[in-house]
Amino acid sequence: MTSTPESLVITDLRVEFDGFVAVGGVSFDAHPGEVRFLIGPNGAGKTTCIDAITGLSQGTGSARLGDQELLGKPAHKIVRLGIGRTFQTASVFEELSVLQNLDIAAGLHRSPLSLLRARRGVDPAIHRALDETGLSRELETPAGILSHGQKQWLEIAMLLVQDARVLLLDEPVAGMSLDERTATGELLGRVAANRIVLVVEHDMDFMRRFASRVTVLHQGRVLSEGSVSQVQADPRVQEVYLGTAGAAPATPRETAAIGTAAFGTEED
Amino acid sequence: MDGLIPPLLNGTAQGALLLLAALGLSLTFGQMGVINMAHGEFLMAGAFIAYLTQQVISSSDLSIPVALPLAFLGAGLLGLLVEVSIIQWMYRRPLDTLLVTVGVSLILQQAALQIFPAQGVPVEKPGWLDGQLTVLGYDWPLRQVFTLVLAALCVAALAAWLKYSSFGRRIRATVQNRDLAETSGVPTRSIDRMTFFVGSGLAGVAGVAASLIGGTNSQMGTQYIIPAFLVVVAGGIGQIKGTIIAAWVVGVAMAFFADWTTGSLAQVFAFVLVVIFLQVRPQGLFTVRTRGLT
Amino acid sequence: MKNLKPWLPLIGIGVFAVLLLAVAPSVLSMHWINNLGKYCCWAIAAVGIGLAWGRGGMLVLGQGVFFGIGAYSMAMHLTLETAGPGNLPIFMILYDPLAALPPFWEPFRSEVFTLLAIVLLPVIVASVLGYALFKSRVKGAYFAILTQALAVALAVLISSTIRETGGDTGLSDFKYFFGYVLSDNGNKLMVYLIAAALLIVCLLVVWQLRRSRFGELLVATRDAEERVRFLGYDPAAIKLVAFVVAAVMASVAGAMFVPIVGIITPQEIGASASILMIAGVALGGRASLFGPALGAMAVGWGQSSLGSSWPSGWIYILGLLFILVTLFLPMGLSSLLGKVARLIWPSRPKPAAASAAPSPALDEVNT
Repeated sequence: MTSTPESLVITDLRVEFDGFVAVGGVSFDAHPGEVRFLIGPNGAGKTTCIDAITGLSQGTGSARLGDQELLGKPAHKIVRLGIGRTFQTASVFEELSVLQNLDIAAGLHRSPLSLLRARRGVDPAIHRALDETGLSRELETPAGILSHGQKQWLEIAMLLVQDARVLLLDEPVAGMSLDERTATGELLGRVAANRIVLVVEHDMDFMRRFASRVTVLHQGRVLSEGSVSQVQADPRVQEVYLGTAGAAPATPRETAAIGTAAFGTEED
Repeated sequence: MDGLIPPLLNGTAQGALLLLAALGLSLTFGQMGVINMAHGEFLMAGAFIAYLTQQVISSSDLSIPVALPLAFLGAGLLGLLVEVSIIQWMYRRPLDTLLVTVGVSLILQQAALQIFPAQGVPVEKPGWLDGQLTVLGYDWPLRQVFTLVLAALCVAALAAWLKYSSFGRRIRATVQNRDLAETSGVPTRSIDRMTFFVGSGLAGVAGVAASLIGGTNSQMGTQYIIPAFLVVVAGGIGQIKGTIIAAWVVGVAMAFFADWTTGSLAQVFAFVLVVIFLQVRPQGLFTVRTRGLT
Repeated sequence: MKNLKPWLPLIGIGVFAVLLLAVAPSVLSMHWINNLGKYCCWAIAAVGIGLAWGRGGMLVLGQGVFFGIGAYSMAMHLTLETAGPGNLPIFMILYDPLAALPPFWEPFRSEVFTLLAIVLLPVIVASVLGYALFKSRVKGAYFAILTQALAVALAVLISSTIRETGGDTGLSDFKYFFGYVLSDNGNKLMVYLIAAALLIVCLLVVWQLRRSRFGELLVATRDAEERVRFLGYDPAAIKLVAFVVAAVMASVAGAMFVPIVGIITPQEIGASASILMIAGVALGGRASLFGPALGAMAVGWGQSSLGSSWPSGWIYILGLLFILVTLFLPMGLSSLLGKVARLIWPSRPKPAAASAAPSPALDEVNT
C-alpha cells in the first residue's frame, strides 16, 4: 500500500490516566482502499486510541491525517477535519427521526446561518447514505425504535453524510445477527474504496472475512501487524489470545491449529 | 498583623456555621445526588425547635444542650417525611428533586410564618456562652467558639459513623454503585432514608447554632441554602474534607470582605469568589477521578 | 389536513394575537388590562425559559437577573425622564441634595441608549456567563443553582445601594414613558399593547427557532450533548445561543414590566421572582410552544388575585404546584392536553418495518 496524502498516520501515541499507561507508544497507519482492523484483548487500549485520535482523551505523540495534526484539537474541530467515529453503544438521537439525524449530521458543511431556517426538502447525500446502509424505508422513523443493528447502520450513514474522510468504527457489529454482519462487512468494503476505514473489533469471524490489514494491540502496545493470515500465525498473538506463555516450539501444523483455535478457520 | 486576627477568627466561626449548614447537604447532595432546596428550612426547623425547647425548659443554660439532640431528631424526622412521601420517587432525576423541594421549601416557610410571629422569635443565649475567650490577643466571643466546637464534633461524628459503622459501609456502597449494592443485599431504600434523616438532622443542629447568632424567622433558611450549596460544590461533591476547607475559606473571605463593605455585599463577593474558583476547577477541590464521557 | 399540521402553531399564535390585541382591550376594564399587561411580561420571560429549559435542557433558575437588567434600565430612564433634563431623581435629592448623579445613570437619559441597553446588556452578560459556565461543562443542577445565586446576588447588591439604585424601596413614581404621560388611560392601553405585541413577537421567534435546524440541534444537545460534539458542533455554542435568547426575552419582559406596574424593587428579581417564572413554565409545559406563556399567565393571575386576597393560601398552592407537577406531570399541562388529543385523534400507526427483521433491508443492500 502506498501512502497517499490522505493517510491516517499514528506515531508513538501515548495516553495516560493518572499514571496508568493505557496506551504506551502505539504506531500504525491506515489508507483509503483497505478495511483496517484494530484488535486486541480487553483493556488493550483500542478504544483509548480512538478516543485520543478523536479528541475525547488527551494523548501525546502524533496523529496526522494527511498533513493535519489532530492531537490537541478539540473534538468538534477534529470532526470538521473529516474524522468520524461511532461508539460502542450506538449513539443516535433517539427522539429525532432518521431523517433528522442525518440532516443534523449533514449540516456540518452548511453555513451557520442556514441553521435558522427550517429544513426544505431532502439533501440527495442523505438519500445516497440511506441507500448505502439499507435504511431508505425508515426515513421518518424515530431513531429510538430502530433495532440495534439499524442504529449502527444509521451511525455509519451519519458518517457518510458528514462526508467523513476517516471512519473510526468501535465494535460496529456487536450484537448483530450473522446476516447483518455480512451486510455491514460488505458495506464497509464499499465505503473503504475512497475513504479510510478503521474498525475496532472483538469479533474474530468478522475480522477474518472483511479485514485487509490487522494491527493487534496488547496492554497498550502494538503486538503484531499484517494481513489476517500473518497475524493469525504470529506466535506472540496466539500466546496473548490463548495464554500459552513459554510454550515449546510448535510444528507448523500445531501453530496452524492454535491459530485456528484462536481465530476460526477459513471454511465456514 | 493585629488587624488580621479578628476577621480571621470571626471568619472561622462563620465558616463553622456554614460548614454545619453544608454538612448535611454534602451528605444528601454529595452522597445521594438529591438536590434538597428545602435544606434551609430544615435548618429553620432546628432553630424553632431551639426556641420551643426554651419555652419548656426555661433555663437557657440547660435548654440549648437539650435542644441540640431534639433539633437533630426533629429536623431529621421532617426530612424523613419528605423523603418517604416525595423524594423516594426521584432518585435518578436530580433536576426534578430540585423543583420538588422548591415546593417543599415554600410550604415550610409559609407554615413557619403561620405558626410563629412574622418577625421571628428570640432564642436566649445560655449563660455559659457569655463572655469571651482570649485568643491571640482577640476577645473571641464564646458563642463563636461554641459554633466551631459544635461543627468539629459533628464532622468527627459523621466521619466516624461513615467509616466505622456498618451503616456507613452500606451508604458508601450504595453511593458508589447502587445497582450492585442492591443485588448484593444492601437495603438501599432504608439506606436512603437513613442518609436523608442524618443529613436533615445535621441541618437542624446547624439551626440551633444559627438561632444563637441571629435569632429565628421564617426566611432564615433562604440565607443559608445558596451559600451551603456553593460550599458543597466548591469542595467537591461528596467530599467532606473539601466541604470543610471550602466552608472555612468562604467564611474567612466573607469576614474580610465585611470589614470594608456591608454584610450582604460580603456575601456577593464570596459568591463571586466561588464562581471564579469553579471556573478554574469545575470539579471542586477534591474529586473521585472517573474515566468516561462526562 | 396533514399539510396544515405544521402550520397549526402559527394559526394558534394568530388567534392568540387577536385575543390579546383586539378582543381584550374592547372587553376588559382598565384595571384588568393593566393586570393582563403584567401577565404578558411574565409570559415573555417564560417563553424564553421554555426555549432554554424545554428545548435546551438548561434549568435557568435565575432569570431574575436579566429581568432586572431590563427593568432597571427602563426604570432609570423613566426616573430621569420624570425628574426632567439635567435634574437628579427625586429619591436621590431626598437622600443627599448635594450629591451628583452616579455616573452609570447618565447614559440612561438617552432614549436610544436605554432601548439598546435593554437588548444588548443581557446579550453581553449572558454571553460572558454562559460561555464561562458551558465551556467548563457546568450543567444540570449546578447550573440552576449558580444562576439562582446570581439572581440573589444582584438583588442583594441593589438592596444595599439605596443611594444609587433606590435599594429595597426600588424605583417608582414614573410620570412619563418616552414622552407619553403614564397616568393617561389611552397611554396605558398603548403600553399594554406594546407588551402584548412583544409577546406575540417572542412566540413567533421561538416558533421559528423550534422548527429550524437550530431547534433540532438544540434538542439533540439537550438529549446527547457529547454526541453533538462528534457531529462537528460545539454544544457550548449551541446552548449559549438559546441562553442568550432567553436572557434578552427576560430583559424585554422586565423593561415592559416597569411602565405597566409602575415600580421595580429587588423583590422582583431575586429568588422568589425567579422561582415564580419557573413555576409558570413547569405548569404549562416547558417543551411546548404555548405552555410556558399560558402557564406564566396563570401563575401571574394567581399571584395577583390570590396573592393579595389570600397570600398564605397562595404560597401553599404554589408549593403544591411544584410538588404535584414535578411528581405527576413533569411536562406540564400541555402534555396532558397532548395525551387527550391523541385519545380523540389517534395518529396513524408507525411503520411496522421498524421492529421487523432487517432482512428486507438486507436484500436491497445485497443487490
